[in-house]
Amino acid sequence: MTSESDTQPVIEAKNLDLTFQTNDGPVHALKDVNLAIDKGEFVSFIGPSGCGKTTFLRCVAALETPTGGTLSVNGMTPDEARRNRAYGYVFQAAGLYPWRTIAKNIKLPLEIMGYSAQEQEERARNVLELVDLAGFGEKFPWQLSGGMQQRASIARALAFDADILLMDEPFGALDEIVRDHLNEQLLALWARTGKTIGFVTHSIPEAVYLSTKIVVMSPRPGRITDVIDSPLPKERPLDIRDTPEFIEVAHRVREGLRAGHGDDV
Amino acid sequence: MKQLVAVLTVLLAIVVIWYAACIPMNIKGVLTEQERAGAEVVPPSAKDRRDMGEIGLALRNSFAIPATWAQDRPRLPAPHQVAIELWETTVQKKITSKRSLVYHGWVTLSATILGFAIGTGLGILLAVGIVHSRVMDLSVMPWAIVSQTIPIIALAPMIIVVLYSIGIQGIIPKAVISAYLSFFPVVVGMVKGLRSPDAMQLDLLRTYNASNSQVFWKLRLPASMPYLFASLKIGIAASLVGAIVGELPTGAVAGLGARLLAGSYYGQTVQIWSALFAAAILAACLVGLLGLVERAVLKRMGMAQ
Repeated sequence: MTSESDTQPVIEAKNLDLTFQTNDGPVHALKDVNLAIDKGEFVSFIGPSGCGKTTFLRCVAALETPTGGTLSVNGMTPDEARRNRAYGYVFQAAGLYPWRTIAKNIKLPLEIMGYSAQEQEERARNVLELVDLAGFGEKFPWQLSGGMQQRASIARALAFDADILLMDEPFGALDEIVRDHLNEQLLALWARTGKTIGFVTHSIPEAVYLSTKIVVMSPRPGRITDVIDSPLPKERPLDIRDTPEFIEVAHRVREGLRAGHGDDV
Repeated sequence: MKQLVAVLTVLLAIVVIWYAACIPMNIKGVLTEQERAGAEVVPPSAKDRRDMGEIGLALRNSFAIPATWAQDRPRLPAPHQVAIELWETTVQKKITSKRSLVYHGWVTLSATILGFAIGTGLGILLAVGIVHSRVMDLSVMPWAIVSQTIPIIALAPMIIVVLYSIGIQGIIPKAVISAYLSFFPVVVGMVKGLRSPDAMQLDLLRTYNASNSQVFWKLRLPASMPYLFASLKIGIAASLVGAIVGELPTGAVAGLGARLLAGSYYGQTVQIWSALFAAAILAACLVGLLGLVERAVLKRMGMAQ
């Protein structure tokens, strides 16, 4: 019943390799990475520093160029996908422009992409509501808390309605209470919009709580050691984290991280 | 209140030191005048006095100390003498008079503003070029730095002579010298400002597939504003120095530089000092004015709280 384009993965990496040339010699950031992400999936990338999780996300966003293998995004090369504005990217820091109000910050990609003033207004209002920041449009970034700023940056990434949302440790700098709250909101947002999300994190509970698929990675060279399809239901209240299923998945992630570390630990 | 006390204390200290300095600076001249007027001076012989220390002379002839603050042509005029001269040549003179400091100040100011405008425009253009072109970064920046190592006092006559030989005179040569001094801080500040957005912010615009000109107008230029204003404040003070220096080698008849020159020809130290103060006050006003503009602009941009 489904047409071919529906069954084709949104993001597909085959034998992906990336070596950085540095002053200390070559660094093997990604080695032989194979991964397929389907439409509507929530995929977390977890692993210690230097395992290539952020690098992989940046390859998808065409901010880095792989040195080997193939990578396709929406059936295109990553750079074509970037030029087609196929994804929204959320960085670790909110990176809002201090000289723009929150609403104007959210309009930034829309201005660049040439939306009409009326549509900019409409979309900014919609995404502000989506991240629960309605009424804060006229505030400047410094008037908002860190968590609110990060929500505004998510709204900015959502504003032009790309199908893919790439998030690089977006809540890494926030405290745990704010983080829990934002995780809950992110799930609700994902359920409402049906976007495909790639999410980089350091936190095992965060990865297990959010994802339909968890990609465990290990460093030197950066590679995938385990891909876990989560058995948890789509509907996830915060206390799902106390269920045996949750603990089991978390355990498997931890095992994967430990195995990847080998003799280093 | 605490600030005011601190400011006034420093001011008072300067004034006290200044008055004290007038005594040894002027005592010999005063004693010569007093002797001619028939006063008893110790020692009586001018020859003996010449080889004595100024402070010793002042102590032995303490009656003459008040006169060191009231000479017509002192080596070092006292603060009140300069203040009176400033008052007489600004408020009490018609501004069309050749002796009015307002008139001379305006002559210098007009060259300063023209030079500042040229220098700022040139500085911003160069900075934009340097940030966007590796070739310009490598070829222009070293010359900009070298240009500032040449003493302006040596270069100014050359500029004036060269421009005069191609028929340019009046305000333009002075403005060129003033632009020469003011473009540099603007280049340095603007280059730093235009490069101030970090890699993440540039990556963000890349994910939007923004063009170079969009990156410039939406990110680099607004991010550079605080740097620009810091540079402009240095630049305008440098412009004023440039305009004054530009008035010296021509033997100009108008301008603060001309007042300085005329004062030194005729030994009119009070006139020199009051011209110096007029220049300092003018510079302070210009920098202060830019500070106000800075506050207004950054506040409007939401970058000042």
